[in-house]
Amino acid sequence: MLLEKVEEISGENLYACYQCGRCTAGCPMTGEMDLMPNQVILAILRNDERVLNAKTPWVCAQCYQCGVRCPKNVDIAKIMEALREIKLRSNVNYIDLKKINRSYPQIAIVATMRKFTG
Amino acid sequence: MKLPYYPGCTLKKNAKNFEKAAIVAAKHLGIELVELPRWNCCGAVSSLTSDDVMHHVAAIRNLVRVQQMNDDGILDNEYRLVVLCAMCFNVLKRSNILATSNANMLNTINSFMDTEPDYEGTVEVKHFLEILRDDVGFDAIKSKVINPLKGLKVSAYYGCTLLRPREVGIDDPEAPTIMERLIESLGAEPVDNPYKSLCCGSYHTVGSNKEVVARRAYRIIEGARRNGAEAIITSCPLCAFNLDNRQALTEKLYPGFKRMPILYFTQLMALAFGYESEASFDGNFVDPIPLLEEKGLIGMKVQK
Ligand code: SF4
Ligand code: SF4
Repeated sequence: MLLEKVEEISGENLYACYQCGRCTAGCPMTGEMDLMPNQVILAILRNDERVLNAKTPWVCAQCYQCGVRCPKNVDIAKIMEALREIKLRSNVNYIDLKKINRSYPQIAIVATMRKFTG
Repeated sequence: MKLPYYPGCTLKKNAKNFEKAAIVAAKHLGIELVELPRWNCCGAVSSLTSDDVMHHVAAIRNLVRVQQMNDDGILDNEYRLVVLCAMCFNVLKRSNILATSNANMLNTINSFMDTEPDYEGTVEVKHFLEILRDDVGFDAIKSKVINPLKGLKVSAYYGCTLLRPREVGIDDPEAPTIMERLIESLGAEPVDNPYKSLCCGSYHTVGSNKEVVARRAYRIIEGARRNGAEAIITSCPLCAFNLDNRQALTEKLYPGFKRMPILYFTQLMALAFGYESEASFDGNFVDPIPLLEEKGLIGMKVQK
């Protein structure tokens, strides 16, 4: 089941979340997201596998704002990572490495490889 | 004071100006930054899964080098590792916290690195700004200023990795002041920006989300400008790229947008300490020289 998988990979207790929405309020990427961070948590709790095809985990920039704001100490960035990993571990890449512009800063290129390829 | 220093990949290519300025500024304050021998890429972003040990090996291997420098007599009982790049700092510190709080994980990493000495958990990862605040002190910095940056209004941009997550951050994640205090000690005027810790879009600048980054840059730069800022300082080469180089795209998306110089905090220090050429302003995308000239801050006293 999706919930167990996310719990195992992230090490987070999703039931701790009381849906206050603070994570979403502070998230800088909500404008690009199809599901808000708090909705992602709810969807996982309901084992709704459609969340695996959402844009949200791929738009998340691992900025850690949500985790700093969460009153329940839920590390949402880890939950986003778990959703990405479920895909990446099934040998699906999210970007084409050959298309990367090599003049970009190395930290940007390495980060992209780490977050978008399995 | 002789301190081991981890540059990271980007400081050797896109952000040479950051490093060059830092080394002279540190020297001016009596700090010798000694580059780690055989350092390797830290991985740039932390792996956040609980079952992934592999992606922490690269970070920990760098910490082993600090132990070796002490063992080899290059350092005398100095286990603070100084990092300039905010992203590398975040990754190295986070892996260090993980490995030193989880004996099992540390054991796995040490067994994997079977040709290296074991990591003993002795290293403390420090951002250079922390050394400036806690070991040098802002009053001492002020007393070392040769050319006070009078009349220059500077806004600090913290981004994410200097502040978050909480256990890694070097200041209050919601209301940081460390860079403002530095700006002040250099004789410039710190200007607040409500977006000073809003993510710039980070590595999304690589893929198809360039526009998102350029729009983020607009918000951040305009936030600073509204309060009167003439320049922005940062400690992250990726934030610098997104705020500086991406202004070319920001300009296209927002007609009338005016470019603003984005500097590394060490460039400002080098300038105030009298090392104008080492401040390496030619490495910045938006040329800061016209602004600095207008303020009378170019062609000041030079250190030999
Ligand atoms: S901030 Fe924390 S408790 Fe509130 S909705 Fe988000 S994850 Fe749940
Ligand atoms: S870590 Fe991801 S989900 Fe959390 S605030 Fe940042 S972009 Fe949003």
